[in-house]
Amino acid sequence: MYRRRLSQILATVASNSYLPGWLKGRIYQGKLKMICVPFLNCYSCPGAIGSCPVGAFQSLAAGYGRTISLYISGFLLAVGALGGRFVCGWLCPFGLVQELCYGGKGRLRQLPPLVEKLKFLVLGLTVALPFVWRDPTGLAEPYFCKFACPAGTFQAGLPLVSLSPALQGLVGWLFSWKLAVLLLVLMAAHYYWRPFCRVLCPLGAFYGLLNRWSIWQLRLNRHRCTDCGACARQCQACLNPRLESNSSACIRCLECVSVCPTRALSFANHTVNSQRFTSKGNTVGK
Amino acid sequence: MRERAGKALLLVGLATMILGLWREEALLVLEKAIIICLQCIGIG
Repeated sequence: MYRRRLSQILATVASNSYLPGWLKGRIYQGKLKMICVPFLNCYSCPGAIGSCPVGAFQSLAAGYGRTISLYISGFLLAVGALGGRFVCGWLCPFGLVQELCYGGKGRLRQLPPLVEKLKFLVLGLTVALPFVWRDPTGLAEPYFCKFACPAGTFQAGLPLVSLSPALQGLVGWLFSWKLAVLLLVLMAAHYYWRPFCRVLCPLGAFYGLLNRWSIWQLRLNRHRCTDCGACARQCQACLNPRLESNSSACIRCLECVSVCPTRALSFANHTVNSQRFTSKGNTVGK
Repeated sequence: MRERAGKALLLVGLATMILGLWREEALLVLEKAIIICLQCIGIG
């Protein structure tokens, strides 16, 4: 837990480390913004030094060129192929924000399975809408960012609007809508563990599809497992790692690995056949 | 099977990304990202 929290904090600070932006209410305009970060991190955040892959993908798709970005698609595919949703659990800043809001420790609340599938619909709409829903001039908009993304409101909208009097004069119904979405997500995060990641995040949905195929996977050594159920009790996403270790709902926080008393669970590179690595760094024979 | 699939996906991802870089898409990303996205921040 401690290492994961440290990793989340470092990723958040590193990807939002443009200090003049925070002080003066403007955004970084250097060349590092060519590089996408592998998680949701709005590029209009005053501190952002990289680009949000979802925002950039949609913005390119929404232009006259209707560009399907191979750069961003390939990047996300490569990241997902390495570790599936590992990025969600260990790096995502908005995941960290939701975890800090969570007040239900010890009394996990399950979301209906159908609700958790909503994120795949959101993924489909996020990808497709900019190509099909266009105004008479032939332009589209980044619809997910505009109407749904609470990370953009939290990281970019609130800081920029509070720092810039010019932007304050432009605030209207859309800002109120986005603020309402953000508040709803944060309130839900008090009762449910990471509700945005489990229900709405298109990036999490994409990585989740790759959980089953990624090179690094959650693996269960059935010979070591004593069916004590400690992993299932620990799982904040209300999964049973013994039965659904690579479910698309698993964000790979790896709490189940660290709590397993017999080290039956490991997060392993399955191309390394002779060894497995537990969360404590010990090597366990196959 | 999964082992091969994971490696294949990684290779396809890297190849696609390189193709995108060759098409200079990183510059397109930069062009978008250095301007405040008004939709993203809820202005319009």
